[in-house]
Parts: sequence; structure tokens; C-alpha cells
Amino acid sequence: MSNIFLQILLGGVLTGFVYVLISLGLTLIFGVMDICNFAHGDFLTIAMYAAFCFSLWFGLDPIISLPIVTLLVGLFGAIVYWLLIRHVLNSSGMAQIFVTFGLMIFIRGMMQALFSANYRKITNPLLEGSFTFGSIALSKPQVVASIGAITATLIIYLFITKTRTGWALQAVSENRQAASLMGIPVQKMFILAWAIGAACVGIAGGLMAEYYYIYPEVGALFGSLSFITVALGGFGSIPGVFIAGLLIGITEVVGGFYLSPAYKYLLVYSLYFVVIVIRPQGILGKKA
Amino acid sequence: MTVLLELKDITKRFMGLVALDHINLTVNQHDIIGLIGPNGAGKTTLFSVISGYLKPEEGEIYYKGERITGKPTHEICHKGICRTFQIVKPFSEMNVLENVMVGAFHHTSSVKLAKEKAMSVLEFCGLTEKAELLGKELTIENKKRLEVARALATEPDLLLLDEVMAGLNPVEVHQAVDFIYKIHEKGYTLLVIEHVMEVIMPISDRVVVLDYGKKIADCDPEEAVKKPEVINAYFGSTEE
Amino acid sequence: MEMKIKNSKRINLLNPSIIIPAVALIILLLIPKLISGYFLHTVILILMYATLGAAWNWLGGFAGQISLAHAVFFGLGSYVNACCQIWFGINPWVAMVISMIIVGVFSVLIGIPCFRLKGHYFAIATIALGEIIKTIFVNWPAAGGAIGLYIPIKDISLKNFQFYSKIPYYYIILMMYILSTIITIWIKNSRNGYYFRAIKEDPEASKALGIDLVKTKLLAMWLSGVMCAMVGSFYVNYVLYIDPEGSFLFMNSVKIALIAVMGGMGSVFGPIIGSIIIILLSEGSRIYLGGMGAGLDFVIYGLLIMIIAVYQPGGIVGAFNSYTKKRKKAKRQIVNQGIQNDSIA
Repeated sequence: MSNIFLQILLGGVLTGFVYVLISLGLTLIFGVMDICNFAHGDFLTIAMYAAFCFSLWFGLDPIISLPIVTLLVGLFGAIVYWLLIRHVLNSSGMAQIFVTFGLMIFIRGMMQALFSANYRKITNPLLEGSFTFGSIALSKPQVVASIGAITATLIIYLFITKTRTGWALQAVSENRQAASLMGIPVQKMFILAWAIGAACVGIAGGLMAEYYYIYPEVGALFGSLSFITVALGGFGSIPGVFIAGLLIGITEVVGGFYLSPAYKYLLVYSLYFVVIVIRPQGILGKKA
Repeated sequence: MTVLLELKDITKRFMGLVALDHINLTVNQHDIIGLIGPNGAGKTTLFSVISGYLKPEEGEIYYKGERITGKPTHEICHKGICRTFQIVKPFSEMNVLENVMVGAFHHTSSVKLAKEKAMSVLEFCGLTEKAELLGKELTIENKKRLEVARALATEPDLLLLDEVMAGLNPVEVHQAVDFIYKIHEKGYTLLVIEHVMEVIMPISDRVVVLDYGKKIADCDPEEAVKKPEVINAYFGSTEE
Repeated sequence: MEMKIKNSKRINLLNPSIIIPAVALIILLLIPKLISGYFLHTVILILMYATLGAAWNWLGGFAGQISLAHAVFFGLGSYVNACCQIWFGINPWVAMVISMIIVGVFSVLIGIPCFRLKGHYFAIATIALGEIIKTIFVNWPAAGGAIGLYIPIKDISLKNFQFYSKIPYYYIILMMYILSTIITIWIKNSRNGYYFRAIKEDPEASKALGIDLVKTKLLAMWLSGVMCAMVGSFYVNYVLYIDPEGSFLFMNSVKIALIAVMGGMGSVFGPIIGSIIIILLSEGSRIYLGGMGAGLDFVIYGLLIMIIAVYQPGGIVGAFNSYTKKRKKAKRQIVNQGIQNDSIA
């Protein structure tokens, strides 16, 4: 019995790591510029479709095309900033919410129009089956995806905390004006934040394309989950996202197994509500 | 000499920083008290605590004998205390009249009566010609006036004015001082944070000096400027 | 030099802001004589969404709380109404009142924890709410589960809220729309209307002026929820069927918000303008673009939202207002110039 529990728990942890990676980009963007990117989940959709296209047209497995996909999505993030976000930096919070919101709907519609609503999957992925440790079986692609997620999270975290550019990003998120007065090119930092934020999702999407179904609304689910993760962990906090992502992954998988698959996400959303009522700023968020 | 506001041992901490350190203060009806001190001394924090934006960690606040510590801001406004903000907060997309009406609605739910009250407050504050202008279209001086007008419309007993003269040129400062006298003559009690010394000293009955969260003086202005602690706070040690 | 002051007390009956709505009202009353069938259905949809948009406006446009959960209030109104009829045999109109009461209470209960949240946290909470409610109904067999509920066909009568032709339905929704418009006008000219706007502009300053933020926001939420429940009750009796996917569709919440924003947040006639455009767009793309249309109308919505957010957050009514303001300013300048020239001459 405990073996099953351990297996389920580990499954939740693996899922959680992927959530961490997806949400990392969101919390980074928010931390640096106070904007909640409602289209975040749809960057994931784009990443997955990109991996799909590379597989379809060039026969490249998502694991192989991962670097390109990441780059493309990162570039897309930078473009979104340049064409769209830049113009609402000084607008009301409402305008900012609406702009990424519109982007979300736009991307979803675009994907549906281009690829139809059919569910797609990679045929003959490189990674298939599971690793077995004693009586515990863990899906290979999921394990690789989580390893990829942890690695990417660590790299980003080290980047933010240990490099000069990372410090510059932190400075901009603390105090935009002061940072600019100290010679930090704030616009460039914003572009960088969006590029890195999107790239994180790109990595997650590329990895997930290996084993997950691809359809226009896929970003919706993970997007919602990433908002919940970030809000739960506290907007702008990377450690917060780590804790929250794991918590949500575990809740989802463990709850889904022991209660009912239908209630998987109900639990997650309810968890969000419970935490938000007790502690509106999230687990590690800064108080308003 | 009725006591209007009484602060006993008010202490406010932010993490490790002690912003207000056992502040005791008595404000009598119809006083004008100047609240001064170097930047970061805790003056605005004190206003925030009195008006309910912040809860003190220790101490009590009494208004007309009633304990108001920790009550929410809008309730404190009901009791008769209204504050203005150092960085003005006009309702940008509403015009001046509507701005003041929001304050006037404090005592009436009729639009007509609120409008009348607002018009009379605007006249008192010299803003009648600007009535149709949007909040965001005003000059800084008029924004400050609007801030005060809005507060007056709530018919408070005690007004907490936070640096209403910051950013004004000498002519405007002169007008602001006249304005404050006018308000005081009408019967309001004023607690005024100000940096402009030439202004705050002549108009205050009493001056309360804060430094690093502590009250270092509470007397009339001429005495205060002679105190070594006060000089120290502003200019550094008098001993080289 | 004297300035002529207009005697604002006299109501000028030829004032455009009275004439245009009056004409529009007459047209609206006569519509069933002019069109029928599918087109009448479209107009019914337009009025429905305009009413929902107006309700959204009370919370979002006036009080500044961006909710993406309005489909939830709408869907709950539908469900409570249907369940009352199916489980207890309650009359549809009585069921409508019950649904308004229940959704009203629900909206207040939701508001209490949610209003402590800032901006995007609040929006996210409303999204989460929609998902929770949908999941509950999908897994609730007595409420039809994923399949949904059918309202049994009864004899045609006003009492049973069932009619053969669309025309009575049309007049019912028209009355609801007019009601929502009256409420909007009333809010705008009431103390709460000013308080809503103040909270939207600057909550901190509002507190200092004695406004109870929570109570006022809850009022907006409650009004909004109740109105949506009313429309939801109408809808379920109009189509005689509901299901969780369709009722609590997130995209419907988006549509409602978009209609209010595009028309002009905080304006009286914004919702109907926004609704006409959006509903015509969505029905049009459904008919003319077929299967691909499903994706394409989202593309258009998305583009519209982005454009509005960046260039004209005031929506159409906002654009119109700033245009008239510029003309008035220009006119004043000409008049002043003229007076100056006169005095020189």
C-alpha cells in the first residue's frame, strides 16, 4: 500500500517540478515589472505546437528540437513585449490585465484556426515507457521533463542571484526609477525578463510535447495552474513558486488518485482559495 | 480646553525598524499643532496610525474619550478625523466638483445636497472656477487645495494635513498659509506636517518634533528651535 | 465683458442625449414587427449580453473590480432556475426570484474573501471560481452532470414561461435590458455611484473620506450577480436546456467583459453598443466561416481586446466622449477668441 502511495507521491512531485518551471517565467515577469501575463499558458501551447511542427516537418524529436523551440518561444516573448506590453507600461492596471488577456485569446484562436481543434501527439517519441525502481514505475518522459525542469529552475535561480545581469533584474523589480538612475537599461531588462520568462515556458512545452496531448486549449489548463501556482507562492518570489508548484502537483496527483480524477483540479483551485483567504499575499509573497 | 485626540505610548514597528517609539501626544480642540522633524522621522507614519491605515504594535489612541486604536479608516472618518496625503491623491477622472462631492456624501445620501455642500466648500477653498476641470488637469497647487477641500467636505473636527505646502513656490506658500488660517478660524482643529519652517513656526500654537520615531520636543515654536535636541536632529551635533 | 451662462435648469427636449435613446426605444419596441426567426434570435442574444455587460459594468466599470466570473453568476442563475422547476415543480417565475436570491447570497459570500485581493489576484480568483463551479456541476448527477438538464415542455402560457413564438421572449429580455439601463443611470446619479467611482480611482483616498470599501464593493458584486441570475433564468427558459460546459464557459465571461469594455466601461450605453458589435461578429463568423470560424472569432476578439487596451481603454463611448470634449474645447476657444477680438475692435 505504501508503495503505491510513494509512487503517487513521486508522480505528484514530478508533475510539480514541471509546474514550477512553467510558473517560473510568470513570476519572473511579474517580479520585474508588475504585470501578470494572462497569456502565459498560451506560450506553452505555442511551444508544444512548435515542437510538434518540427517533429512533423523535419522528423525531429522534441528532446532534440528543444533548444530551437526554447529560442523561438523566448524570441516570441521579447516580441510580445516590444509590440504590445511596452505600450501599456504606464497604463492602468486594468489596461495591463486586458492586453495580456487579449493576447491569450488571440493565440488560442490562432492555434485553433491553424491546427484545428484536434488533439495531436508525437508519434514514436524518443522517450517512451518507464523507469522502474523496485516496485515503483515512473514514466520516462515525465522523469526527463522534471529533471529538465529542476535544472532550468536552478540555472535561472543562479542567474538571478549570482550574475550581474540577474542583479540588474532584481534592481529593476525593486525600484524601476532608482535602477534606471544607476545606469541600468530598464527597457533592455524588461525585454530580457519577457524573453527568459517565455523561454522557461518554451523548455517546459518542448519537454511536455514528448508525452502530452497537444491541442489549442492545452495552455488554458496549465496557464490557470501557473497563475494559481504563482499566486499561491507569492507573485515575484522564485522560492515561493518552487514550494507552490510542488504543493499543487502533489495535491493534484495524490488527491486525484485517492479522491477522484474528476476532482483533481477542484482540489487545486480550492486549495488556492483556502490559502488566499488566510494569507492574501501567498506563501512567500510580499504584503501589499 | 477639551482634549480631542490623545495618543498614549504609540509604538509602530516594521520588521526590525521602530518607526514610532512610545509617542505620547495630546491635541486640544481648536489647536493648530505643527508636526515637524527630519525626513524619515515618522511623521506620516504617525498620521497613518491615527487615521487607521496602520495598526500600532503598542499604545492606545483616544478620540473624544473613545478608544479608536486599530479601527478601520472609514470608521475613524465617521468619528471626525480626516487626513490628506503627502503625495496628492485626486480622483483623476472625476472633476473637481465630483471629487469634493465624494467627501460631501459623508453626511448625506442626496446628490442634490452633496452638490450644494460641495459647491460651498469649493467657494471656501477658492476653487469654484475650477469646478469642471478633471482631477488630473489641475496644477499641483490646486491639487493640494482639492485634497483639503475634499477632506473639509466630510465635516471633520480634526484635520491631518500632510505637507500641503510641498512643491509650492513662495507666492503659493503664502496663499496656502492664509488658507490654513482661514480653516482654523472656521473652528477646525489642525495637525499639520510641514517642512517649510518659516511657515509652520508662525502658524502653530504648539510644535511637536519627531526624530527617528521618538518625540523630542512638544512645546511652543520659539522654545523648540532653541532646544539642542531639535537643532541636533536637523543639523547634526552642535559639538564638533 | 459678460459671459452668457446657459440656464441649465431647463430640460431641452431636443437634446440629443434624450432624442437618440427615445428613438432607439421606439425601434426596439417595434423590432418584432420588422424581423423574425433567426434574426430575432440574434437580437435577443444581443439584448441578453447587453444586460450582462451592464451588470459587469457595475462591478468592473464603476467599482473597478475586474471579474472574469460573470458566466458563473449567469450559469448558476440558469441552474438554480432549472433545478427548482425539475426537482420541486416550482413555477419558472418564482424559480427566477429564488435563483436571484441564491446567486445574490453566493456573490456576496464570494466577494468577502475575494475583495481582499488586489487586481490580478482577484481576476485569477474569479477564473478559479469558474473552474470549481463547473467541475461541481459536471460531477453532480442530480443536476444533470455533464449531460445537462432539459426543462420539460409545458403548456404555452406566460405563467409557465413557455411560448411558441420568439416574440414574448423578446419583450421579456427587452424589459430586463431596460431595467439594467435604468439601474445604471440610477447608480451613476447616486451616492453609491460616486463611491464606486472613487474606489476605482483611489481606494486609499476613498477610505480617508469615510467610504467602507468592503461594503460598497459587495453592493456592486451583489447587484451584478443578481442581474446575471435574472438573465440566466431567462436564458434557460428560452432554450429549455443547460449544460455545465456551455453555461460556465470561461469564454462567455470573456465575452461579457469584452462587451462592457469595448462599449465603454462605466457608460450607460456602452454595453448595448459593445453587444451589438460582438454578437454580430460572433454569429457572423460562426455562419460565414464555418469550422474554422470557431478559432477565427477568438482571433478577432483577442485583437480587439488588445487594441482597445492599448489605444482606447475608454471604449467606444470613451472615444466618442473625448471627441466631443475636443470639439467643445475648440468651440470655446473660438468663442473666447471672438470675444477678445470684439474687445480689441
